[in-house]
Amino acid sequence: MFTETALGKKKLRRERAAKVLFGMMAISIVIPLVLIVGYLVMKAWPLLSWEFLTTNPVGGMRRGGIWPAFLGTLYLVIISLLIAAPIGVLAAVYLNEYARESWFTRVINLAVVNLAGVPSIVHALFGVGAFVLFADMGRSILAASLTLAIMTLPVIIASTKEALASVPMSFREACWNVGATRWQTIRGIVLPNSISGILTGVILQVSRTAGETAPILFTGAVFSKRLQEGDLLAYGLWDQCMALSSHLFNLTTQVTNAPEPLPYATAVVLLGSVLLVNATAIATRLYLRSRKKW
Amino acid sequence: MVGAAAAPVPTPAAKIEVRQLRLAYGPKEVIHGIDFSVLPNEIFAIIGPAQSAKTSLLRCLNRTIDLTAGAKVQGQIFIDGEDIKKVRSVYELRRRIGIVAPLPVGLPLSIYDNVAFAPRAAGLRDRASLDELVERCLRQAALWDEVKDRLGSLGTKLSGGQQQRLTIARALSHQPDILCLDEFSIAIDPVTTMRIEDVLKELKKEMTIVLVTNLVQQARRLGSRTMFLWNGEVVELGPNDVVFSDQPQSRKTFEYVNGIFG
Repeated sequence: MFTETALGKKKLRRERAAKVLFGMMAISIVIPLVLIVGYLVMKAWPLLSWEFLTTNPVGGMRRGGIWPAFLGTLYLVIISLLIAAPIGVLAAVYLNEYARESWFTRVINLAVVNLAGVPSIVHALFGVGAFVLFADMGRSILAASLTLAIMTLPVIIASTKEALASVPMSFREACWNVGATRWQTIRGIVLPNSISGILTGVILQVSRTAGETAPILFTGAVFSKRLQEGDLLAYGLWDQCMALSSHLFNLTTQVTNAPEPLPYATAVVLLGSVLLVNATAIATRLYLRSRKKW
Repeated sequence: MVGAAAAPVPTPAAKIEVRQLRLAYGPKEVIHGIDFSVLPNEIFAIIGPAQSAKTSLLRCLNRTIDLTAGAKVQGQIFIDGEDIKKVRSVYELRRRIGIVAPLPVGLPLSIYDNVAFAPRAAGLRDRASLDELVERCLRQAALWDEVKDRLGSLGTKLSGGQQQRLTIARALSHQPDILCLDEFSIAIDPVTTMRIEDVLKELKKEMTIVLVTNLVQQARRLGSRTMFLWNGEVVELGPNDVVFSDQPQSRKTFEYVNGIFG
């Protein structure tokens, strides 16, 4: 009874081999992450302190902290998301819930997909032309944020559409059948059940925005800026700013004789902030998903 | 049964009158010009095999077909003598028609909110009237006794048969005078089916019921008249004692009803 045939044994062997192979691949993607983070933290260790985060750099960037860069990145991320998130989410709601299939919506969808594939350096060039020069904003936080917003917009639209499409069509039909308008359906059923996916998509763009160097290098980032330490409102919209990503770039390419841990410590701050935001995103999603109702 | 097309005034007695209705999805026509009328307070059964456009027909009645890209409706539908293409508010039209879909759809809301959704969408805010309405609809759908102690729990967590009755309660919540059921018993057990059938006999006193069903026996049990739709055309329409007799007008009807094809 229940003995395995030769063919069955072969199948079983393959099954095991497949499992081991796929498992190893899955584990192997963790290794670089651990190595990168470990290496960075090890190199940066001597400099890491609260003071490093909250003081101005001194001595031609060679000593002191990274406060202006940290605050600058915060500004760029928040302002660009304040612009891109509402536009992106509302546009996606239109495209997914209102628009009918037509040449017009096909063009929009095509534009979204292609825009998402445009390299960031090209966005940078567009930002210089459109915001810095044509709109006469000069190199400023506003111009840089707008450039970043244009860059993240298509990705937010795509992820929001995905989240909306995951709400079953039958829910919408049930609402329409009882005489609800499209907006009542969206407000009452579609948005509450896709909000976790929408938020995740938006928050994941934070890490991308924080890390981008090229678009802000041309449109608003500067090599050096002194700020009132501890003043969160130190930057104005029309000011140029430092940012973590461009600071890291400058430290490694422009500053000679910088102490070795300095770029690493900057990278750790950048990576740490991004990981913190991502962790928040995951926690939010888990919380909202636990309330998901079907 | 094919009425004289394009007579300007609809039959006054008819609750629903359909004239030369054609429906096409893109280039593919699925309803090929059908005529029928439904009388007030009758249970009008529609039978026919899959793909005979029964569901599409219901979607034409409440104009949710408008929301399907590429769907094109021709012909006229009158409800109480009013052309539904010319109604002032399509939402008002939809509220007059309750639709129960084949598979139960509990909205991801509480049981209470599932039933209160439509009245709220129509603008009813008063808590007491909502409470009263929710209870009445749940009672009418034979669900009240099972859920009265947990109105706040999720509608989607109910069993299939309970969800289907919840769907019926929701279809009644906007106080329609026409109730359309689209193969409502497909996902529920025979006992629940019989309970709902009793409910329908009761509801017939207050409203007109259109019953789309795959179960020939159900049409025979409940309907006063039955229409046999096949490939988007009316094969036969008549009183049940003709349609289900040994000699219906069409040979095809006899074969379908007796399980020889379909």
